[in-house]
Amino acid sequence: MSSSFTYQFDTPAYKGTSTVPTGLFINGKFVEPVEKGTIEVLNPVNGKVITSVAAGTAADIDIAARAAKKAYKERWGLKVPGMQRGRMLNKLADLLQANADEFSALEALDVGKTFGVARNSDIPGSIAVLRYYAGWADKIQGKTIETNEKKLAYTRHEPIGVVGAIIPWNFPLTMLSWKIGPALAAGNAVILKPSELTPLTALRLCPLLVEAGFPDGVINIVNGYGSTAGQALSEHMTVDKIAFTGSTLTGRKIMEAAAKTNLKKVTLELGGKSPSVIFDDVDLEQTVKWVSHGIFMNHGQACTAGSRIFVQAGIYDKFLKAFTEHALSLKVGDPFARDTYQGPQVSQTQFERIMGYIKSGKEDGATVHIGGERHGNEGYFIQPTIFTECKPNMKIVQEEIFGPVAAVIRFTTEEEAVEQANDTLYGLACSVFTRDIDRAIRVAHSIEAGTAWINCHNSTELSVPFGGFKQSGIGRELGEYALEHYTNVKAVHVNIGHRL
Amino acid sequence: MAAKSIYTKLFGRALLSFSSRTLYHSSHTLSTMASLSAHILIRAANRELEIPTGLFINNEFVPSADSPNDLIHLVNPATEETICSVVAGSVKDIDIAVAAARKAFNTTWGKNVTGFERSKLLNKLADLMERDQDILAEVESLNNGKPFKIARDFDIGDSIQCLRYYAGWADKITGQTIEVDNKTKLAFTRHDPIGVCGQIIPWNYPINMWAWKVAPALACGCTIVMKPSELTPLTALMLSKLIAEAGFPPGVVNTIPSLGSVGGVALSTHMDVDKVAFTGSTVTGRKVMEAAAKSNLKKVSLELGGKSPQLVFESADLEQAANWACLGILYNTGQDCTAGSRLYVQDTIYDKFVSLLVSKAKELVIGDGFDEKSGGGPLVSKTQFDKVWRYIESGSAQGAKLALGGQKRPGKGFFVDPTIFTDINANMDIVRDEIFGPVLAVGRFKTEEEAISLANDTSYGLGAGLHSNDANQCMRVSSALEAGTVWINQYNLLNNNVPFGGKKQSGIGRELGSYALDEYTSVKAIHWNFGEKLDWPL
Repeated sequence: MSSSFTYQFDTPAYKGTSTVPTGLFINGKFVEPVEKGTIEVLNPVNGKVITSVAAGTAADIDIAARAAKKAYKERWGLKVPGMQRGRMLNKLADLLQANADEFSALEALDVGKTFGVARNSDIPGSIAVLRYYAGWADKIQGKTIETNEKKLAYTRHEPIGVVGAIIPWNFPLTMLSWKIGPALAAGNAVILKPSELTPLTALRLCPLLVEAGFPDGVINIVNGYGSTAGQALSEHMTVDKIAFTGSTLTGRKIMEAAAKTNLKKVTLELGGKSPSVIFDDVDLEQTVKWVSHGIFMNHGQACTAGSRIFVQAGIYDKFLKAFTEHALSLKVGDPFARDTYQGPQVSQTQFERIMGYIKSGKEDGATVHIGGERHGNEGYFIQPTIFTECKPNMKIVQEEIFGPVAAVIRFTTEEEAVEQANDTLYGLACSVFTRDIDRAIRVAHSIEAGTAWINCHNSTELSVPFGGFKQSGIGRELGEYALEHYTNVKAVHVNIGHRL
Repeated sequence: MAAKSIYTKLFGRALLSFSSRTLYHSSHTLSTMASLSAHILIRAANRELEIPTGLFINNEFVPSADSPNDLIHLVNPATEETICSVVAGSVKDIDIAVAAARKAFNTTWGKNVTGFERSKLLNKLADLMERDQDILAEVESLNNGKPFKIARDFDIGDSIQCLRYYAGWADKITGQTIEVDNKTKLAFTRHDPIGVCGQIIPWNYPINMWAWKVAPALACGCTIVMKPSELTPLTALMLSKLIAEAGFPPGVVNTIPSLGSVGGVALSTHMDVDKVAFTGSTVTGRKVMEAAAKSNLKKVSLELGGKSPQLVFESADLEQAANWACLGILYNTGQDCTAGSRLYVQDTIYDKFVSLLVSKAKELVIGDGFDEKSGGGPLVSKTQFDKVWRYIESGSAQGAKLALGGQKRPGKGFFVDPTIFTDINANMDIVRDEIFGPVLAVGRFKTEEEAISLANDTSYGLGAGLHSNDANQCMRVSSALEAGTVWINQYNLLNNNVPFGGKKQSGIGRELGSYALDEYTSVKAIHWNFGEKLDWPL
């Protein structure tokens, strides 16, 4: 039996005990990693060690891949009717629901996000995704295709096989649910590698997977570093598909590894530098709230963060004033304090990276309108920051910062706004704020992005597809569309009388 | 300029001796400068054709922008004589073509034109292809070697249908409206055209692969830079002329004959190409995907190799099964990614079936594509001919037994006769590798489980066939076969409305049918808030 650790929460928001297994979850059991490595999990509030968990490497991925393949062939995939897969996913959702407070607390502890946001958004959102795909599990359908009287053709949407899922640290349980929901509904077996920074909720989930009734090997959770476990998963000859959410840089490596090995199918959800475009005629009070939510939600650690804010000249001053007031009202501090809006960034590396961007913005001649400094003197806290006087070629306008840093840019005409909004390698999301229905549609349609929000931002829905244009990714998650990426189409041609 | 020196090295001798050839006379080849058309004599039809030989950019045939002396010389595989030469596109030419395609996408195509209009143009193109089917088939036969009649009635007939099929889709590209919350939010999806598509097609079905690529891309509103195979670019150039005649705006379809290592690499690495659709070898497919990963993360669809199995069970109609098995491996002289190149026969009928199979395979006449008697033509090139012979020799060397074929023909032309090996084992090269020639490996099995396990013992997963008269067995086995296409009591017949593509290392994505539309569209989700008020801070 592998080890576990117990954490006592005694906070204003949550009091309770959580026990989390720390091994690798392979073939329905916790095991020690072959190379016996460990990874320290740090509390981003103060940089102190919470616990150590097992670090899987290529050898463990190999064991997991064999277990998953065996489970897929013998106990899952086409062997289990969709209705049963759906029941298990619903059962898992029930179990998460019953432990929602504990999961929220773990997520807040590990990521640094507030308990309130974890409890009201991350955890219920993950539960809803599992239920949504539970409903799809018995509705995976092919087509029958009319050809001629002497041939019956039909398609089967078969599971792909063994899916490697590599998820990031910004929404750990949510990203887990986005991956395992459709993968399991469609009948695939899964090897999931959580981020080495935030493995706790994935590990805590493992006993619930067993309780929900998933056969051994159907879901394996192998914690580890990207450069070892992630790389091994991407290169593994038995893994039929990789679903990845993370940086564009890593996404490229995964696709390259797939190209060089077994041509596994790849879906990538990558970075963004999403624009919010605000026209003169908006409801200012609501727009400011949505735009703030766009950039400051999850401390700016969202791939859809509305990090370039284009404001039409006629409302620029008024908007900036109201936006500033809102940003200044955001309380930064302890994620478990009831009035905190923003906790720390996830890690020292991220903290330094964001501070580096803030420095580059200053050096490039942008104006720090508010913020721009560290908050407090321990942990990875950064003040909500707004830059003005930004130029298109500045790094803070071109590159993904992944922190609470907004670049505000003035524009005059709609054409100019669209052109600037599209002046990026990324194409994940955008938002348009206007009361003019023609303009709303026009602009939403012209911006090159997989998601366009009209009069809102960061308002994702589990039934609506999500994914990137351009260098923001390949494929779609959520909605019915995600099912395409977890199924393999087989066309069956049946000869019923054509004699050769 | 590396390409230039390769051409000179490879073809310098052919150029010098060309003046003495008259059979397929080309008026321009004596000049070192590229001309933009060539005259070709089709002796069988007693017809002289003028065909374009330039690069097709913005609806015009043009010389290379920076390497006017680089030519690709084309060979008739039945006679080994040079047909003519075409301009070899450079990296710069690909750049120019991509810019033309981008401009068209942003101004005259893509979202600037209705699906109804795209549909009309595709139907018009199909009409023109039908009008020109004889001359297209003649040139296809001359350049690729396949029989004229097969080119006309199958390759081209099917391509015309493919264009009409996707013409029907052009005004039916629909998204979803998604119920979110009746009081506050409407969401809908748009299936936008992806943009500029690089399309790289092979030499085995030059016109057919052109149609499979061009039709869905244009129906969805994408623009195209097409790179035909350097071995068989002539019909793609003739079709380009029809593109202009049909009335497609300039820049919507551009055609750049070029070597894979020049034009193919340039397209795959190009930062302004949004998608590459490739049909060809698994080795090249990997490179295309790797280039996409390292450049702008362009979307990729790959239709790659195969080593497709056919299973013959004891209940099958043996006569019919033998016919389909022959079609499976011998059609197009085995130069087919779905070629049924591994045949496993149940032991109770093995001897009977193999002798039936051999007698039927013998009946196929492989000869010049313009000879009425020919059911199959030569292999496409000397390289392919040598490769196929290496496999035949390795089969014998590794201990397989020749039941048919194995004798080299004297004389000119890259002809290989039907070849059947028995007594195979799983480790032989002829059982593991894609040969791409008329070479069949025949093995035996006892049980259904053993048959499935043999069939799936491959890194490929493109096609598979099974012959049985047991309905339950048909359903069981077709489910278990790891392949994107399974034929039951049939083989190698495709339909334009049925998806086609590979599992495992045979590819990524699907062509044909409604499924192909997914490969040429990019889904945008629009979330429209009409009533949700946000409390702030949360």
